[in-house]
Amino acid sequence: MVVRTQGWWVRRVVKPAVFVLALWPLAWLVRGALAGDLGANPIEKITHWTGFTALTFVLLALCVTPLKVFLGLPALVHLRRMLGLYGFFYALLHFGVYWVDQTVFAGVGFSPRLVAEDVLERPYITVGFTAFLMLVPLAATSADRMVKRLGARRWRALHRLVYFAAAGGVLHYLWKGKMEEDWAVAYGLLLVGLLSWRLVAGRLRERARAVPARGVMGVVPAHPSPLEVGD
Amino acid sequence: MLIRRKPDIPSSEITDEKVYWNRRAFIRAAAGAGALALGAPVVNRLVAAAAGGRRDGGGQQGALEDKLNTYEEITTYNNFYEFGTGKGDPAKYAHTLRPRPWTVEVTGEVHRPRVYDIDELLKLFPLEERVYRLRCVEAWSMVIPWEGFPLASLLERVEPTSHARFVEFTTLYDPEQMPGQRRAVLPWPYVEGLRLDEAMHPLTILAAGLYGKVLPNQNGAPLRLVVPWKYGFKSIKSIVRIRLVREQPRTTWNLVAPHEYGFYANVNPDVDHPRWSQKRERRIGELFKRPTLFLNGYADQVAHLYAGMDLRKYF
Ligand code: HEM
Repeated sequence: MVVRTQGWWVRRVVKPAVFVLALWPLAWLVRGALAGDLGANPIEKITHWTGFTALTFVLLALCVTPLKVFLGLPALVHLRRMLGLYGFFYALLHFGVYWVDQTVFAGVGFSPRLVAEDVLERPYITVGFTAFLMLVPLAATSADRMVKRLGARRWRALHRLVYFAAAGGVLHYLWKGKMEEDWAVAYGLLLVGLLSWRLVAGRLRERARAVPARGVMGVVPAHPSPLEVGD
Repeated sequence: MLIRRKPDIPSSEITDEKVYWNRRAFIRAAAGAGALALGAPVVNRLVAAAAGGRRDGGGQQGALEDKLNTYEEITTYNNFYEFGTGKGDPAKYAHTLRPRPWTVEVTGEVHRPRVYDIDELLKLFPLEERVYRLRCVEAWSMVIPWEGFPLASLLERVEPTSHARFVEFTTLYDPEQMPGQRRAVLPWPYVEGLRLDEAMHPLTILAAGLYGKVLPNQNGAPLRLVVPWKYGFKSIKSIVRIRLVREQPRTTWNLVAPHEYGFYANVNPDVDHPRWSQKRERRIGELFKRPTLFLNGYADQVAHLYAGMDLRKYF
C-alpha cells in the first residue's frame, strides 16, 4: 500500500484543483462579455470584478499561514505562492482594463501620460497603483530561484510588502466605495485580524524559542516565520 | 410588485419599446432641448437622419448622436440608495415601495399650500414627453424619454410668496418600504433643493413615467424631479414634499461630503470631482467615452441662470 503524505495530497490534488478554480472569475467574465451579459455598464463591471478578485486572492494568500497553523495542515503552504500570483494576475488585468478605459476608450490612443496624470490626481487611484507597484517585485521574485538568489532572510523581508499591498488594496476599496460597502469593510476587518495574528504569533514564537520543548499555540520553533519560504 | 395602473398619458403615447424604437429611433436631444425652451415639446421628437454613427468627430456640442437608451438599461442600472448601494439593487428590491396611495405636500412660502393626491396631480397637469440626457456624477450618462410636466406649472398653482427663493424636495421616509433606509448610509430622508429660478425653468420637470409607461419604482415612482443640466443626484426620487423656502436648503450629498458635492451640481467638464474626472462620460451602451458637455448640453437654455457666477466656487 502506498502511503500518501499530506504534502502529496496538497501538491497533487488540492493545488491543481485550486489552480483551475482560481480561473473561474476570469471564465465568468469572458462568458459574460461574450454573451453580452455584464449589465448596462460592462466596463465598470469588469473593473470591479477584477479588482475584487485581485484583493480576494491577495488576502487568501495571507490566510494560508494562519490556516495552516490552526488546521494543523502545514502542507497548505504549497498553495500560498499560487494564490499570491493569482492576486497579481487579476490586479494586472484590473490595471489593464483601467488603462484601456482611460485612454483607448477615451479616444486618445494608449497614452501613458493620461494614466500617469490620473494616478497622481485621484487619491484612491494613487493608493491602488501603489498597491499594484508593491505586488510587482513580489511576483517577480516568486520563483524558487529568486529565493536562493536573494537569500531566505532578505526574501522574507521583501515579501512582508504583501501586507502593505493588501492594506493598500483595502484602503483603495474603502475609499472608492460609497461610504459603506459591506465587502470592503469585511476585507478590512479580515486584514486587521491577519495582521494581529501575525504580530501575536511572532511574539509567541519568540517565547516558544525560549521554551523550545513545548511550543505555544501550535507555533513551534521549527517554523522560523509565518512567512517562511513556501512551496 | 409594480403596481400598474393606466397612466394619464394619451393612449397614443403608450408604446412598447420596439414600436418606440421604430418610430423615432434616433433623437437629437440637443435639438429637442432647444425646441422645448421655445415651448414646443412636439419638436422634441425630431428624428435625426443619420443612423448611429458612434463618433462623428469634432467633439463639438451636439455633434454626437443621442440615441435613446433601452428601457432595460434605464430600469436596471440605477442609483437609489433607499434600496441598496449597488446599481442593480433598486431593480431587485424596489418592489417593496407602494406608489399608491401617495400624496405630495406642497407647502412653505406659498399662498395656497396643498396636499395633492398623486392621481389628482397627474390629472391637473397633463404629461408630455421629454427626451433628456441624464448625466450621473459618476461619469456615465443615458438618454431617457420621460413623461412629465413642468415643475413650474405646479409651483405657479400654489402661488409662491415674495419670500420664496428656493425649493426643497423630500423623498419618502419609510424603512418598511425602503429597506435601504435601515442603514445609515446617508442621512434619511433624502433631501434636495433648487433655486427658485432653476425650479421654474421650463426644462425642469416632475416625471411620472418613462417610455410611455408608469414610472417603475426603481426610477423614483410615483413622482420624481428631473433637472437635465445637473448631475443625476439632484433629480430626487419618490417625492412626498415640496417646500418653498427663504434660505438655501440643505441637500443630502452636500451634507455627507461638502467638498465633493455642491448645492448647484451643474454638469461641468471643467470642474472635476475628486474621484471622477468630469471631462468625459460613458454613455451607457457605448464603449468609447464622449466629451461631457457644459451644462450637459443645455447651456443655450440655462447658462443665463449662472451669469457672473464662479462655477468653480459654486459647484
Ligand atoms: C494599478 C493600479 C490600480 C488602478 C488604476 C485601480 C483602479 C480602480 C478603479 C478605477 C476602480 C473602480 C472604482 C469605481 O467604481 O469608482 C477600482 C476598484 C477596485 N480595485 Fe482597483 N485599481 C488599481 C489597483 C488595485 C489593486 C492592486 C487592488 C487589490 C489588491 C485593487 C482592488 C480593487 C477593488 C477591490 C475595487 C472595488 C471592486 C468593487 O467595487 O467590487 N485595485 N480600482
